Amino acid sequence: MAFPLLSWLIWIPIFGGAALLFLRKETCVLWVRFFSLCLAMFSFGLSCVLLIGFDVTTSEMQWAETIPWIPSFQIFYRLGVDGLSLPLIVLTCFTTILVILASYRSVQNNVADYCATFLIMQGLMCGVFASLDAVLFYSFWEAMLVPMFLIIGRWGGQNRIYATMKFFLYTFFGSVLLLVAILYLQMVAKSTLGAESDGLFNILAFQNLALTMIEQKWIFLAFLIAFAIKVPMWPVHTWLPDAHVEAPAGGSVVLAAILLKMGGYGFLRFILPITPDASQFFASGIIGLSLIAIIYIALVAIVQTDMKKLIAYSSISHMGIVTLGLFTVFSIIKNTENHDVAVASMEGSLVQMISHGFISAALFLCVGVLYDRLHSRLIKDYGGVVNTMPIFAAFFMLFAMANVGLPGTSGFVGEFLVILSAFQAKIWYAVGAATLLILGASYTLWMYKRVIFGSITQPAVATLRDIQGTEICVLLLLAIAILWLGLWPEPLLNILQASTEHLLNQMLHSKL
Amino acid sequence: MFELKSSCLAIVGLPLAAAMLAGFCGKVIGQRASHLATTFAVGLSFFLSLIVIKQFYTHEISPLNFTLYTWGQFGHTPFTIGFLIDQLTAVMMLIVTFVSWMVHIYSIGYMRDDPGYQRFFCYISLFTFGMLMLISANNFLQLFFGWEMVGLMSYLLIGFWFKKESAIVANLKAFIVNRVGDFGFLIGIAAVLYCFGTLDYRLVFEEVQNISKVELFQLPTGYTVSAITFICLCLFVGAMGKSAQVPLHVWLPDSMEGPTPISALIHAATMVTAGVFMIARLSPLFEYSELALNVILTIGTVTCFLMGLVGIVQNDIKRIIAYSTLSQLGYMMIAMGVSAYPIGIFHLVTHAFFKALLFLGAGSIIFALHHEQDIWKMGNLRKSLPITYYTMLVGSLALIGFPFFSGFYSKDLIIEAVKLSQLPCAKAAYYFVVGGVYITALYTFRLFFVVFHLKTDRDDIHVEPNSWVVEGPLVLLAIPSLVLGALFLRPLSENYFAHSLVIHPEHSGFQELMAASESPFFMALHGFTSLPFVLGLLGIITAWIGYVVRPKSAAWVQRRLGVIYYILKNQLGFDAFYRLVVVMATRTLGLFCWRWGDQWLIDGVGVNGTANTVKRLSQSLRKMQTGYLYHYAFVMIVGFLVLIAWLLLSVIV
Repeated sequence: MAFPLLSWLIWIPIFGGAALLFLRKETCVLWVRFFSLCLAMFSFGLSCVLLIGFDVTTSEMQWAETIPWIPSFQIFYRLGVDGLSLPLIVLTCFTTILVILASYRSVQNNVADYCATFLIMQGLMCGVFASLDAVLFYSFWEAMLVPMFLIIGRWGGQNRIYATMKFFLYTFFGSVLLLVAILYLQMVAKSTLGAESDGLFNILAFQNLALTMIEQKWIFLAFLIAFAIKVPMWPVHTWLPDAHVEAPAGGSVVLAAILLKMGGYGFLRFILPITPDASQFFASGIIGLSLIAIIYIALVAIVQTDMKKLIAYSSISHMGIVTLGLFTVFSIIKNTENHDVAVASMEGSLVQMISHGFISAALFLCVGVLYDRLHSRLIKDYGGVVNTMPIFAAFFMLFAMANVGLPGTSGFVGEFLVILSAFQAKIWYAVGAATLLILGASYTLWMYKRVIFGSITQPAVATLRDIQGTEICVLLLLAIAILWLGLWPEPLLNILQASTEHLLNQMLHSKL
Repeated sequence: MFELKSSCLAIVGLPLAAAMLAGFCGKVIGQRASHLATTFAVGLSFFLSLIVIKQFYTHEISPLNFTLYTWGQFGHTPFTIGFLIDQLTAVMMLIVTFVSWMVHIYSIGYMRDDPGYQRFFCYISLFTFGMLMLISANNFLQLFFGWEMVGLMSYLLIGFWFKKESAIVANLKAFIVNRVGDFGFLIGIAAVLYCFGTLDYRLVFEEVQNISKVELFQLPTGYTVSAITFICLCLFVGAMGKSAQVPLHVWLPDSMEGPTPISALIHAATMVTAGVFMIARLSPLFEYSELALNVILTIGTVTCFLMGLVGIVQNDIKRIIAYSTLSQLGYMMIAMGVSAYPIGIFHLVTHAFFKALLFLGAGSIIFALHHEQDIWKMGNLRKSLPITYYTMLVGSLALIGFPFFSGFYSKDLIIEAVKLSQLPCAKAAYYFVVGGVYITALYTFRLFFVVFHLKTDRDDIHVEPNSWVVEGPLVLLAIPSLVLGALFLRPLSENYFAHSLVIHPEHSGFQELMAASESPFFMALHGFTSLPFVLGLLGIITAWIGYVVRPKSAAWVQRRLGVIYYILKNQLGFDAFYRLVVVMATRTLGLFCWRWGDQWLIDGVGVNGTANTVKRLSQSLRKMQTGYLYHYAFVMIVGFLVLIAWLLLSVIV
């Protein structure tokens, strides 16, 4: 058996983080930070190994591991990555480094617990993306709520209890339906494959199960609620702004960069391949919800007075592009029979997920930088920040422009691919999605103008000190990632290509 | 051996490299090194473009189309970053690098005391890079790259003085209005990909004939929209944003809040002409859509005429020139509309020089008067700023199309082309275009006379002498404004652009015009007898009488035409409309969605409503758990009795 790289990626941060929890309170904070950073960097290094060793020509699961876990129920510890999950795993490891680095300034008490929670969460998130067994997936999916719950509840703002309860109940409600769907699929698998088969909870085996239309519809809806809440799609999005506002900067970063992507990943791994016919049936509905998300939420974002809320709404709006790109595929195929365009549409969605991971992380960290200094998230408490923090303003400008989707930044790539392919489905889809061009620019740059530009009107702003050291380092890493992805997305698209084509074939292959 | 490929990369790359140097190391290397590096790089680009254009003219090289790298894959269609260097690109490169170079030199003096000195040079070099990327693109993707890059630099430069509230309002407005244009542009690109399956110019142009009859969709009214018309109209919306055509023009006058060198470079000579350039570059597409050409002609005419009118009543020196730019962009669009692409590009070139000259001249006045921009506070500056006076005279005469000056040749040809055009809108457009000449002369010389000739009894105007870096570029720009028209005419009649600009044989106006063309000298002589000349002269005389001989008469006219004056003064109400209707509606809608949709309906009724219902239910259930034994006993007895009663009843029945 090959080297269990994925297991390392999952368990090293979890055990490392757990070890931190047992440290005595008086342990030197610097050591704790250094140790966590090393751990995060090591994990990132491992994910890079994964990336380098990845074969882009195949859609097969790579670095696969299979160990019996609960043999009596045919539940396996089954891991593997393909082109859909690999970029998300790398993104997860990258984001954790940023969060740990960013905590150098913003978190001063309970440092060990803070780092430990994030490391454990990193391992669990990698587990979600790497699991190929439904029970394992579900375990990681649920386990991940706990650290997030703690992060918001413990290091959060004033209204954190409401936010954290809302977050937990909202997502837990979805999870229950996810579990029901998984159990039903297992029953179907048992009747078709036989009780002794080793694939009763195998996600890949689920994808090949024959299901009737009525079964598919129910399974689709159960999965949809679970994943739509995570994405989040309109109208089940209202937990996100509250959670973001109350979460500490690091929590917001992980929430926006990774957690939301788990919803999108669920669509790719479960909904589309397992219930292709139901997906086709409901596609126009989902497209409608996506377009509402894009336009309605962007309008809501314009009138926000709280920076974090604004960025949270902007996240929802941008995630609308992701779901749009995934579900326009059916009408693209119907309309043009051109598989290339359909593949491009899905790749656009995936790139948008990755890119949004970078951009929302960057924007939340920028707000974090300001919050650390003035302890306010309200736009009106700022103004003229560029006068005292020019380097910060330059970075913030880049990230704002990336959020606007300026070509040359990663924000452009996904939107461009999705809008171009949506046009081939129906012109009005593209027109609806392209309003993001105008509305996105309006809310992002209007906020930028009020926060950064202008002369100093608040005395507190005059005392601000520019970013330095670790803060520059964090933002620089993100800037490089955003520009690189924007100027040359080819390598990422290459990684996605084979798996996306495979997924497309699964989606177009009717199970009826 | 002259290498076109590497020199093209050098032309485009040098400003980028210099901008990076000034941007990242500006504080380390200091002001002097920053401006030297950027100015030198852009100057070098200019000389290289000069060689390129000379070689094209002497037919030593042929157009080059190459790919630099593959940006990404659309399925299996590669999206690339690549360059197309042909005659059109060469001309554009020449003016972009030359004007940019002049502005670099000028800024050394103009911006010398500014705290953001290095940042400024970084921005303008980066802008030059973006503009060069735009004009040398060989596909729609890179065109859009350059398009947005210059938009970004324009945004940053309008807001260069970020402490000024008016500047940061203006740059936000500029960006968002441009985004409205980009919205159309992006849909247009999507339509191109849909119809042609590629974004590469060459492949698209080869296919265009097969597509020209394809119908894209049917409107509910039964009217079918052909693919090519849809594409062209969408792309034109992009051009309307960038080239500030009515009704997306509102950002350009406000953009004057930026430093004056920027107004000369971006908002007069180069970026705002990007829309015109784009249409010329895509002439093989536009030629197949009669409807799109009519729309372009109409919008161009409206812009040309109305914006000239608004220009007459402005008092801010830069705003007057800005409205003049709008009007001249209208002229260029008109040329595009009547399929006289080479003439439109010709006007673009001459306009770039004389308008940059006028802006830099205005900058020199503003600088000398310590940032005073109101023309009524200037007056009688002829003696104190002689070089500015004479160079601006050249610029003004070129602008109104006075015979022998560069603007004459290009504008006269546009008017002739409109006359020859067969388009349904051309007849009406012709009258407006000719009438526009009078208006142009009036606002141009109103500004000129008020600033330089109007007698003032105040002596408090303290004029600071300008340094050579400010006045040198004025002279260097005045020379092409004077002679370029005559020089350019010959290559134009020899069909220099035949390779780049495609004109459908049915649109024969340009060919007829070129067949009938004379030598520049005789053309100018004939110009003295033409109607436009008479109108232009009339405009100058009106301005002379109204503002110099009898200064009170202008005020009298203003009183008599109060309503018209009020409307023009308020820019025909476009700003008010956008502010009161569009912006307010968007914000109200946003507030509505947020307060009623999110907070009331989803959160209030849905989420918290569910939670509260559960809470209320459990609270009423909780009341039963009183903890008193006799309550429980009572309930038990009641239950027992009910059970017995039920049993008995069932037995009886």
